[in-house]
Amino acid sequence: MSARIGVDVNVVRILFVVLAIGGGAGLTLYVLAWLVFPREGATTSIGRRVLGDRRTVGLALAFGSALVVVLLVLAALGLGFAGNLLWPVSMAVCGLVLVWRGADEEERAFLHELVGQAPLLGSTTHGTRRATVLRVAVGTFLACAGLGGLVASRNPAGNIVAMVIAANVVIVGFLVVFGPWWLRLARDLSLERRERVRTEERAAMAATVHDSVLQTLALIQRAAGDQGEVTRLARAQERELRAWLFEGRPPGSFDESAVATVTQAVSVIERDVEADHRVAVDTVTVGDCPLTDGLRALLSAAREATVNAAKWSGASTVSLFVEVESTRVSVFVRDRGKGFDPDAVDRDRQGIAESIRARVARHGGSAVVRSVPGQGTEVELVMPTTQDRM
Amino acid sequence: MSPDVSPDESPGGSGARRGDGSSGAASAADGRVRVFLVDDHHLFLSGVRAELGDSVDVIGDADEVAAAIELIGERLPDVVLVDVHMPDGGGRAVIEAIGRTHPEVRFLALSVSDAAEDVIGVIRAGARGYVTKTISGPELTGAIRRVADGDAVFSPRLAGFVLDAFAADPERRGDMVPSFDPELDQITPREREVLRLIARGYAYKEVARELSISIKTVESHVSAVLRKLQLSSRHQLTRWATERRLL
Repeated sequence: MSARIGVDVNVVRILFVVLAIGGGAGLTLYVLAWLVFPREGATTSIGRRVLGDRRTVGLALAFGSALVVVLLVLAALGLGFAGNLLWPVSMAVCGLVLVWRGADEEERAFLHELVGQAPLLGSTTHGTRRATVLRVAVGTFLACAGLGGLVASRNPAGNIVAMVIAANVVIVGFLVVFGPWWLRLARDLSLERRERVRTEERAAMAATVHDSVLQTLALIQRAAGDQGEVTRLARAQERELRAWLFEGRPPGSFDESAVATVTQAVSVIERDVEADHRVAVDTVTVGDCPLTDGLRALLSAAREATVNAAKWSGASTVSLFVEVESTRVSVFVRDRGKGFDPDAVDRDRQGIAESIRARVARHGGSAVVRSVPGQGTEVELVMPTTQDRM
Repeated sequence: MSPDVSPDESPGGSGARRGDGSSGAASAADGRVRVFLVDDHHLFLSGVRAELGDSVDVIGDADEVAAAIELIGERLPDVVLVDVHMPDGGGRAVIEAIGRTHPEVRFLALSVSDAAEDVIGVIRAGARGYVTKTISGPELTGAIRRVADGDAVFSPRLAGFVLDAFAADPERRGDMVPSFDPELDQITPREREVLRLIARGYAYKEVARELSISIKTVESHVSAVLRKLQLSSRHQLTRWATERRLL
């Protein structure tokens, strides 16, 4: 704080101590300054953060209004004494809560340390019976003394300072007695909440694993003799699990109508072709962009080419590569299957190639089919775009 | 970049200094690559052992990071097949620890995860390649040989990641700070072509044929990309990998 004003730390402290001895106002000033000035390195002060936190302000307002009501009731009943007691107590509690909420991690640690250093309050950490007894004794004494002071100060009316001091003594007394206990209570509460969240998470995880992974494992055991089926099941499960673990999509929640980007559409092709035909589709996508009519046509052609490769090539793996660039999207569907001679194909396969070509051509794209007997086939599809990449 | 492999043919000499020769495929007495396996799944360890069979010389395995570091330092294999996901830091911890003390030991990362974060992570830690656990036995043997020879092993997916991370369009990395080392922070058009073919599912041999270059040239392109991937300082790369996971 002193760094902020540009005066030596000790000078500031001495000044405040003198003020504190002088009239008690110094202490208040010091606390105020502590609230208002940012700590070294921090950009906002505790006070600013308190005001910036809507929930805290709301809480304070709610508490304040409740307090006013209680005070009014007490006053109406003629219990001025209780009202006098309630005021300082609630003010102090409010202040402490606000400071605590506003403090950042480091400042909290500092406050903690401060509390721990006080020999009387440190009993939670040291935990000896003697310290507890001492604490309760001192606390009770303080509280009684304070109460006594309060009662005494009520008679010569107008001695506000004495009353405030007495009230503070009462508060300190209560804090000494109950402080550590409150701290522990708060800590236990937050621990319990964390534990509950963890348990719920574990239950959700177990349910998901049961519904998908264990079911698939059972299916795999039943289909153990059928290699193609086992591979298909394993791939499907793998895909589902990956989507869940890495993309946060719960199994079975895939919404077809929500497919809005190239990457999503490609993963749908991968899933469907693998489910319908016993091949693995190795997909690699580079970049992503929203789907347009042209890209939908491109991807439906890609799907047809992939299905074709799965059906006819005899290869166990089909590679699907999609690259989104700023001016075009290219798709390559490749298999290492038996291939064919493009010049001497039978009519229906020619037809398939034509239908793929026609689909993309309608939107200004192009398609090239390359195949060498015995070495496999590759279909290249390109669609020009004006879309921005994502 | 040509990998700094100078196959140690001189008997005794420098070979003895580094244990029983640790570079080049022809280091074991019978010419087989000496392989060490690190994986915390025993089922997988025995599966890989069986699949590799006699094609390589499996000189040991470990199922935890600490034991792996100790045994690899002792036995100095040519290639370590290391699982990415393990307790206590995973494959990365092993690669980094051995990389400091025995830089001549080469690593091939093996994982079920295809998450960009993991893949880029192990490569940047120093692995010379990355393959998924679904790879077939012969393919795995080929990849091990390639790594033993000092080359890089790029799966189609890894190639795709690199293409994505080193995107060609400037507007896609609009928020990128000017790079300090353009040579490390970009890939050349030729390298891009090679990567694209690998991503399309081409083997190195097929890439070479398609581009009418030798396999050696393909290998040196891929090694150059691997080096850029490992050394490039673009923080972009790490961020890209993290963001991709969130998509």
